[in-house]
Amino acid sequence: MKSIELNKVQDYLDQWTNKPVYVHVETTNGAYAKHFDANAYNVGAYVRNAQITYTQGKIVEQEGAYRVGLKHEIGWIYAEGLTDFEFNENNQLLMAGHDADGRLMVAMQLSETPFNY
Amino acid sequence: MEIDYSKHKHVVVIYPHPDDESFGTAGTVVKFREAGVPVTYLCGTLGEMGRNMGSPFFANRETLPEIRKQELIKACKEIDMDLQMLGYRDKTMEFEDEQVVADDLRKRIEELDASLVITFYPPYAVHPDHNAMGRAAFRAIRDMDPDKRPEVWANAISNDHQEMIGSPDIVVDTKDVFQKKLNALKAHKSQIDGMLQKVRQGNEELSEFDLALRYFRYETYHTVTFD
Repeated sequence: MKSIELNKVQDYLDQWTNKPVYVHVETTNGAYAKHFDANAYNVGAYVRNAQITYTQGKIVEQEGAYRVGLKHEIGWIYAEGLTDFEFNENNQLLMAGHDADGRLMVAMQLSETPFNY
Repeated sequence: MEIDYSKHKHVVVIYPHPDDESFGTAGTVVKFREAGVPVTYLCGTLGEMGRNMGSPFFANRETLPEIRKQELIKACKEIDMDLQMLGYRDKTMEFEDEQVVADDLRKRIEELDASLVITFYPPYAVHPDHNAMGRAAFRAIRDMDPDKRPEVWANAISNDHQEMIGSPDIVVDTKDVFQKKLNALKAHKSQIDGMLQKVRQGNEELSEFDLALRYFRYETYHTVTFD
């Protein structure tokens, strides 16, 4: 992956407007957050292969990190803290945010075909 | 306590993630292998949802499963351990039907004619997958004919495990085989590099071997029996 380039990502988002796509979205602070800090607790959520058709997809920058919002007929999909992206050989748009040690904290990914199990 | 490694017929290791074996039991495995005892790892998942992507990061969510699979195969080669991958998905073990997982484990344990099973001690194993895999393994063994049950050594790693279940009764000092354990750990490049960099802080004078030895030297187990 490399640092997000806003215009490139916006173009990738635009190509799928009003077309059905599969979405992977997740956030996590790891399974050991509480183990290493009694005052912390583990949080995380992920959705893999939800199919949606968004009517508008938009990426916004603030202070070096990015948010992506996908508006669809009956709601929204949203992710914050994205910093890196890749459009891979399977035509999948991968976006993720990493901490200073390179650990993934948040991800949003879009694909015309389902992501691998 | 002196452990007679050669008395076992076959050791089966049951954990959910690529790298659990290298952190938890690699040195013990080497000792069994040096005593001529076959060891097989039943690895639940490919760690597909891990958040360590290498340091600096080189993997992403979609490339990570294959990278970790290759790391797992390499780590098992380093310690000469057979490998069976069970095909579950990281972070979801606890949502599987526990009896179905247990039945599959029992079949494999019986086929391999295990005299010892090494797994996590639920619920003292921190990660939900660790606890779920341990529970399924315990159930598999409970389901066996009492005369045919293998011995069970279980890793408890939660901060409260000592007050809950006491100190481990088996402590393996891996120092004399630590180079092989370190090789196995380092096979998991996407996972271990960041961790070694973290513990390096304040330990700049130590060699990589001595640094890793300080943190990963002892492998500890509670012997578990079933009524």
